[in-house]
Amino acid sequence: MGYKAKFRVWRGEGGEGRLEDFTVEVNEGEVVLDIIHRLQATQAPDLAVRWNCKAGKCGSCSMEINGKPRLGCMTRMSTFGEDETITVTPMRTFPVIKDLVTDVSFNYAKAREIPSFTPPAGVEPGEYRMQQIDVERSQEFRKCIECFMCNNVCHVIRDHEENKPAFAGPRFLMRIAELDMHPYDVVDRKDSAQEDHGLGFCNITKCCTEVCPEHIKITDNALIPMKERVVDRKYDPLVWLGNKIFKRTGSKS
Amino acid sequence: MEIERHEYDVVVIGAGGAGLRAAIEARQQGKRTAIVCKSLFGKAHTVMAEGGAAAAMGNVNSDDNWMVHFRDTMRGGKFLNNWRMAELHAKEAPDRVWELEAWGALFDRTKDGRISQRNFGGHEYPRLAHVGDRTGLEMIRTLQQRVVALQQEDEKLHGDPEAYIKVFQECTVTRLLKTGDKAAGGAGKAGGVISGAFGYWRENGKFILFDAPAVVLATGGIGKSYVVTSNSWEYTGDGHALALLAGAKLINMEFIQFHPTGMVWPPSVRGILVTESVRGDGGVLRNSEGRRFMFDYIPDVFKDKYATTEEEGDRWYTDQANNRRPPELLPRDEVARAINSEVKAGRGSPQGGVYLDVSTRLPAAEIIRRLPSMHHQFKELADVDITAEPMQVGPTCHYIMGGVEVDADTGAASVPGLFAAGEVSGGMHGSNRLGGNSLSDLLVFGRRAGAGAAAYVDALKARPAVSEESVTAARAEATAPLERGGENPYEVHHELQRTMNDLVGIIRKAEEITEALESVGKLKERAKAVGAPGGRIYNPGWHLALDLRNMLLVSECVARAALLREESRGGHTRDDFPDMSPTWRRKLLVCGASPDGSEVTVEEKTQPAMRDDLIRLFDRAELKKYITEEELVDFDALVKE
Repeated sequence: MGYKAKFRVWRGEGGEGRLEDFTVEVNEGEVVLDIIHRLQATQAPDLAVRWNCKAGKCGSCSMEINGKPRLGCMTRMSTFGEDETITVTPMRTFPVIKDLVTDVSFNYAKAREIPSFTPPAGVEPGEYRMQQIDVERSQEFRKCIECFMCNNVCHVIRDHEENKPAFAGPRFLMRIAELDMHPYDVVDRKDSAQEDHGLGFCNITKCCTEVCPEHIKITDNALIPMKERVVDRKYDPLVWLGNKIFKRTGSKS
Repeated sequence: MEIERHEYDVVVIGAGGAGLRAAIEARQQGKRTAIVCKSLFGKAHTVMAEGGAAAAMGNVNSDDNWMVHFRDTMRGGKFLNNWRMAELHAKEAPDRVWELEAWGALFDRTKDGRISQRNFGGHEYPRLAHVGDRTGLEMIRTLQQRVVALQQEDEKLHGDPEAYIKVFQECTVTRLLKTGDKAAGGAGKAGGVISGAFGYWRENGKFILFDAPAVVLATGGIGKSYVVTSNSWEYTGDGHALALLAGAKLINMEFIQFHPTGMVWPPSVRGILVTESVRGDGGVLRNSEGRRFMFDYIPDVFKDKYATTEEEGDRWYTDQANNRRPPELLPRDEVARAINSEVKAGRGSPQGGVYLDVSTRLPAAEIIRRLPSMHHQFKELADVDITAEPMQVGPTCHYIMGGVEVDADTGAASVPGLFAAGEVSGGMHGSNRLGGNSLSDLLVFGRRAGAGAAAYVDALKARPAVSEESVTAARAEATAPLERGGENPYEVHHELQRTMNDLVGIIRKAEEITEALESVGKLKERAKAVGAPGGRIYNPGWHLALDLRNMLLVSECVARAALLREESRGGHTRDDFPDMSPTWRRKLLVCGASPDGSEVTVEEKTQPAMRDDLIRLFDRAELKKYITEEELVDFDALVKE
């Protein structure tokens, strides 16, 4: 049952670091996060890693395992060969604080840039009436556990620090789509998605969808429909004409 | 090293449902509010809640109302609940749920477009507002986004999003600071008022000081003192311990809820929660002989409320008016004990649990729609397809009913300036919490504690000044493990977990609890000498070394109270005192500690009698099972009036 696995774990802080080799016991049914915890308990008590629920529900233990963004708690050891060396590194898109822990404040800053849910005036709590079929689209996006692996993997910012100010990343572009599809949200989010949050940077390579541990179809169900809504507005000849004639100030198209 | 200093009106410790709701309330009442949390913002343990928030909105069954919910809550807690809290909770939960909807939450719907409600153990009607089986995530995200919305408002008004509400994430509080505290030693002699809180940033190990007249504790529970638990690393009893060390009292600490259905295999996920919704939606429990054994475990107090045949139980899912509910939906303490007995009697599953089967009860597509995260969790972690085969489940340490003794209406603890809400507070759930009553508890009492803290600050004539002595002491305490080379803190932690799991677990007896107390005493000594190698930057060994103080203190309270309570009730089962005693129902066990935590005391206190209009909501036949002859005489006199 048990065996000794070879692990290479990134250790370091303050912009410096290296891969460190460990040999560590593995038991049946364990996941990568269990092994990291065993290293903490037996060989490296100061090895830094974020985690909380250990059940794929909180999105804390995002890391890169053999170069792929994964949740440590949902990556079973049985998916690797016993003689395989497993390399664990921190998420690459965010600055490393220490070992496997990165500074994810980019994500919190972006979250604050998205205008919040805005219901129509005069609807009191308890008066909301929505059909299941109408809430399901946004509910899919609200399954997001904010592991930030979609933002980590997205090539727009993964190796392009310069794009960060103008791009909210898949997580928060999906948040815009979620609000745009909310039956009671009244804010027009189409222009700002494109102009303020960088929807146009996305060229639908679907990397975000592939890494999503909640299997949310970020590209197909959030980003592409949002792009379509933006395009509808931008290239609709009647809207264009209306804007020319009336010089609407509300819409920048 | 310089200590970073901040000044706030209200400091909320913990960013789960209760903490966020308290902070939102304090900010909405114009108070400058800090939220301090050990994890990243939005990761609190509330995300793990699956089933839903209980609120008698009556959307699915219009017969439901606050009085039915109140009765269910009191029954679930075996009448030990603080009845005023149970009353406020039942009355206010619907408003708190509707409010979330106005902040953007998207609950599952009924056909007529209202919030859908599901069945759950101990609730007479479908009552839990839910989103599939990820209700806690929806709640935390909605509250998190509400905080962000308030920050956006403040940015417009004041040019600074953090002018009135700021999140200090990955920041741990190690001491509450008091001013005017003359008694440095001796339990129960502490005076003074709250003047702030001291802690450290996990990220860089630097110290931080909050100068604040009001502190709201919303730190959750204590599960990390047990090996098999559904709780995350954060649940180290911080708030319980901080309150004790500041001179506040804890009540009901002997009552711990072992959730009946935790995963039992593989070993690394042992304890992770399997939502009660599985049973609410039709799942059944079977032993290795294939028998639905819960029919053999219906206790006398619930005899007339549960189905006695499988046929009747099955009919209930479609016709609740004419059938009684299946015993799989008994309160959690009953189901956990039943599973424990079956396994002990040798009728368990190969990996030491029992079978929970929904695959033969619902079509696969329906299971995936109603229980998506359970389907995902079993597939990913155990390689089990719950639409095709049964799960193996067993009890797991889930929730502590005990906590800070507070005023029901304001959440105020006995120490002026200290408030508590959510799992860290005690009383609301009595000896056993009903599923679904936690999320609603967080909202109702989070809001009340936030309002209570705001009102307290308004009434203050002057802000109490932080005493530099207390800061120096807190700093020395926090630095100590880094400065000594001692035992590995993980060793001490593992031993504590084994001790509590084996000796003060689901079934208890005097000798074992006594043994646990001896063991905890020795571990307390060892904890004083643990060392943490490495630096101050994100050093988990150091963090654990500091958390040990809290876990040990809380474990001692649990064990001491468990030894004193010589009866079995809810989340406290004594093998040597198997019956529920009406005399004990009127007694609360109140824990206190000396300011250095070396001494823990437990005192008996009489539970105030239920208000007349509330006790009249029950019928005599039911009350007779719980209350003393003397109380029954009073009740009869009351009804005659």
